[in-house]
Amino acid sequence: MGLLSKKDAKLITDPLADNNPITIQVLGICSALAITAELKASLVMGIAVMFVLGIGNVVISLMRNIIPSKIRIIVQLIVVAALVIIVDQVLKAFAYELSKTLSVFVGLIITNCIIMGRFEAFALANKPWRSFLDGIGNSLGYAVILIIVGFFRELLGSGTLFGIPVLGDPIEKTGVYALGYENNGFMLMPPMALIIVGLIIWVQRSRNKALIED
Amino acid sequence: MAMNTDKNSYTVIFAIVMVLVVGSLLAFTAATLKPNIAENRRMEKQQNILYAMGVNGNEGDGDITFVSTDKVADDFKKYITKQLVIENGVAKEDDEAYLIDIKKEQAKAKTGGTRRLPLFVGEKDGETFYIAPIRGKGLWDAIWGYVALDQDMVVKGTFFDHAGETPGLGANIKQRYFMDDFYGEKLLTEAGVFKGITVAKGNNDPKNEIKDDNEVDALAGATITGDGVSAMIKKDLKLYQPYFENLKKLASN
Repeated sequence: MGLLSKKDAKLITDPLADNNPITIQVLGICSALAITAELKASLVMGIAVMFVLGIGNVVISLMRNIIPSKIRIIVQLIVVAALVIIVDQVLKAFAYELSKTLSVFVGLIITNCIIMGRFEAFALANKPWRSFLDGIGNSLGYAVILIIVGFFRELLGSGTLFGIPVLGDPIEKTGVYALGYENNGFMLMPPMALIIVGLIIWVQRSRNKALIED
Repeated sequence: MAMNTDKNSYTVIFAIVMVLVVGSLLAFTAATLKPNIAENRRMEKQQNILYAMGVNGNEGDGDITFVSTDKVADDFKKYITKQLVIENGVAKEDDEAYLIDIKKEQAKAKTGGTRRLPLFVGEKDGETFYIAPIRGKGLWDAIWGYVALDQDMVVKGTFFDHAGETPGLGANIKQRYFMDDFYGEKLLTEAGVFKGITVAKGNNDPKNEIKDDNEVDALAGATITGDGVSAMIKKDLKLYQPYFENLKKLASN
């Protein structure tokens, strides 16, 4: 990457694989369970988190020298909550349709541990530009896992991708349903997201033994 | 930095300043954007009511599409011929009935007051629709909607919305395939007793061809949201039954 130095590029690429926020840092699991029944929701959540984490990391990084350490968690929470609420209000005023789609995610973003986790672990100790890259990288890593989980849950649970039927019609019994295949309604339940995340963790750690903790 | 950020006095001052700054920022945003948001909400209500009676931009099997915001005011005037408020069994015309806050009215009824019931009468292609708002609870937050009925309390269209149901599960009450299932369902039994419509699991009718069972097929993984839809239909639409009985009497006289 010519645009970024090697060190900076690592901030983006690391969270995609060997330092993934969900599978390695185990942050943001709650929302990975909650909204991955559909691929579209996974994608929207990924983009929304990227936006909030990118800007939030910069804000916290700019404030890092003046935040009193005793109340830093509260300060971080206020920053992210204020940010999300302002964006939500602006969308409600100028892009109402979009805000309706996103309203469900607002609460999930504020309580997403990835955001607090990256503020605490990175933005408080690094310069704004590096914090911004870290935010983008981690939210990309988060989005990748969400999209993988969403892909399998929607495909096996509803037989659709992005709401478009890809396996045939389960009621008319066309496509693979003609062969006796049935949608697995269990895939739509949150526990199955945990199992898929578990499988991803298994695959990832068996390919890279260095990731296995004692 | 020379500043000692660990001192108690610094912490307290920082906290106060932060609260003031963030508080005024939020207050400022809310106050400046309020008129825009209120206007959007008003247009949304009109769009929802029109959607329920079939005035919408739906194409094929696609997503729900409302009439566009620049046309909604005119369409609302054109299609909604009468707006009624029913209070203590008496129906009065009120051009701002659609602005009535159902949540407040429900709270009034709980504390012993009388609840005002808005009802919108619409005309389209020679058919008359009676559109009633409903509101209830889903799994996480409020759910609400509009149901268009004919004079026999047969559903001619619905619109459901929610504040925070789970995307991909309960949030699917806002999908067309769920709303469209209600078309043709009856709120009354053969004998004319109010029964409502139940969002039922395992009713063996996934295509929803049986229209006199007072049931529609449920959504997988959204039991509580579905129950909420059944409950709000039963509770809120029942209140309108006297009005429809009255209509019938007037018609037969």
